[in-house]
Amino acid sequence: MAEWTLSAALNRALIDAMEEDPRLLIYGEDVGRLGGVFRVTDGLQTKFGEDRVFDTPIAEAGIVGAAIGLALTGWKSVVEMQFDGFSYPAFEQIVSHVAKYRTRTRGRVDLPIVIRIPSFGGIRGKEHHGESPETYYAHTAGLKVVAPSAALDGYRLLRLAISDPDPVVFLEPKAKYWAKEDGELTTDGPGIGEGRVVREGDGCVVFAYGAMVARCVETAEALEPEGLSVRVVDLRSLAPLDIDLIGRCARETGRAVVVHEAPKTLGMGGEVAARIMEEAFDFLQAPVARVTGWDVPYPPASLEHRYLPSVERIAAAIRRVTSY
Amino acid sequence: MDAPAHWAGTEPVRILQADGTAVGDPDVGLAPEQLRELLRHMIRARRLDRECMALQRQGELTVYPPFEGQEAAQVGSAFALGAEDWAFPTFRELAAALVRGVDPVQYLWYHRGTWHGGPYDPRATRFGPICVPVATQICHAVGVAMGLQKDGADACALAYFGDGSASEGDFHEGANMAAVFGVPAILFCQNNGWAISVPTGLQTAGEIWKRAEGLGFPGVRVDGNDVLAVYRVTREAVERASSGGGPTLIEALTYRMGPHTTADDASRYRDEDEVERWRAFDPIERYRTWLLAAGHADQDFVRTCDEDAESWVAEVRAGITATDAPPAEWMFDWTFAEPPAVLARQREEALGG
Repeated sequence: MAEWTLSAALNRALIDAMEEDPRLLIYGEDVGRLGGVFRVTDGLQTKFGEDRVFDTPIAEAGIVGAAIGLALTGWKSVVEMQFDGFSYPAFEQIVSHVAKYRTRTRGRVDLPIVIRIPSFGGIRGKEHHGESPETYYAHTAGLKVVAPSAALDGYRLLRLAISDPDPVVFLEPKAKYWAKEDGELTTDGPGIGEGRVVREGDGCVVFAYGAMVARCVETAEALEPEGLSVRVVDLRSLAPLDIDLIGRCARETGRAVVVHEAPKTLGMGGEVAARIMEEAFDFLQAPVARVTGWDVPYPPASLEHRYLPSVERIAAAIRRVTSY
Repeated sequence: MDAPAHWAGTEPVRILQADGTAVGDPDVGLAPEQLRELLRHMIRARRLDRECMALQRQGELTVYPPFEGQEAAQVGSAFALGAEDWAFPTFRELAAALVRGVDPVQYLWYHRGTWHGGPYDPRATRFGPICVPVATQICHAVGVAMGLQKDGADACALAYFGDGSASEGDFHEGANMAAVFGVPAILFCQNNGWAISVPTGLQTAGEIWKRAEGLGFPGVRVDGNDVLAVYRVTREAVERASSGGGPTLIEALTYRMGPHTTADDASRYRDEDEVERWRAFDPIERYRTWLLAAGHADQDFVRTCDEDAESWVAEVRAGITATDAPPAEWMFDWTFAEPPAVLARQREEALGG
């Protein structure tokens, strides 16, 4: 069994996809010679040539806009926005065009575009390097938004995103790039639009994604001595959401917590809580709890630990809903 | 006659003067029947534009953006493109669309409110969807040009935009990428003097075509009301692009005779005198005068063009006024290639079982 970091697994996904499809391109800022600031595209330019893996000027709108033109000429693109906070110049292209082109052209144009965005906090980054942009994209009809939590599922999700005829915003948890996971890389398993149970339990369910999944698992394990049986669900596909899984887990446990790094207001937690109410109201034993970042701009490194959901805060929420 | 403020500065490339006399070599490499075709296109385009204004007032179209005055800029440039070349419009390029062979009724679905700006097939017509967020389409054209370059295709991509669009970041991002990659892209600016109510002088303190030099590729300023000059400079850009010479920026000086759209009241920001002065620069009158004087057409041909435009517009009118609202399914049909379960449920809720 091999050991993979998320960064290496994503790199392998890109290699496998590039080998499989000669009309797949990878481009963005520093993705060529440097191999990306997180090394996700390491070695790809050497392997596949400068025609298929290339550096662009610092022009996020240009990069994403070009991906649309390339799609019109039958090229698939994996583009990289270097950091969450630098994806905003491309926002207009993503929201006004990438998300709407298929509808506008009455289904005549596929948009096989993957927009990779190293996202979320937890790496003691500078301002603009720790943002959680998922709601902007998940709220936009026509986009798929996924966020892996670990290496093996990162490989699977990236391969699925690349083979999807629709545009996928691919949010990579920076804090987990170097986290290791044992196993074989495969595309078998849950698809886009499906969540997955990463830890079984029947007393409470915690929904999370990205780097928060591991923290929720850690919390669940820490609470075991207290006799709490906590299920953890990795949502992984934020748009479309796996309503069936969310409903089923909420019904089976009757108690739910949602955890994310993004600010609370209009975060994914609000959507998940509303879906739980729609799908499982009669089964609920306690109000749904949300453990999130605060409604403030992402703080500097020295205060990051006071912003991100901690094991303590998650544990407190679990105790609250299980003792309600 | 005083040229308008936004024409100040560098003299544009010009073949025909405003009175229809030639000041440059009028041989642009077109056969007489092609020269006549230019006039036929411009007459049809203007006739349809005026019909659309009327259709809007009659409640048959929603808001409509007229292009009267810009016929030469659009027809001359679109005519210079080859069958495999692409064009990416804003929302005021109906004349260019007609030259590209886009079905006018399908095009007007957009203005009728039937569907968004790409009901026609952008691949088959090589004409991009109508694009309202100005300048964003420049990046799409550059992406197409990148694809054409990678495929070694003998073709290019032209993006239309206006003097207002040239202030957007996407203009610079697209132009710069086109230059860095040396792709076959043409950036075609119709400087019509007005971005809704803001005159060109408040969009830029320089001349738009000159930006090309700083970006590292050729720029050219052309009299956008002179269809022969527009054809010539665009054709040169097409040949440069298709032979690996990279992008070209063209600034075509023209004038928007009408309001920004039917929802706009241009009297709030410009004098009617200015518009009237512009009639002397009319692109169609100028070209017709020359075409007749040069002996490439006679009055009979002009009359036939007018009659043809009349009957053709009647067909378009009948086609668009007969267009009903599409089925509500269309709202859902193309959000994704395959509807996710969540959306399938909403579709069911909206449309019933």
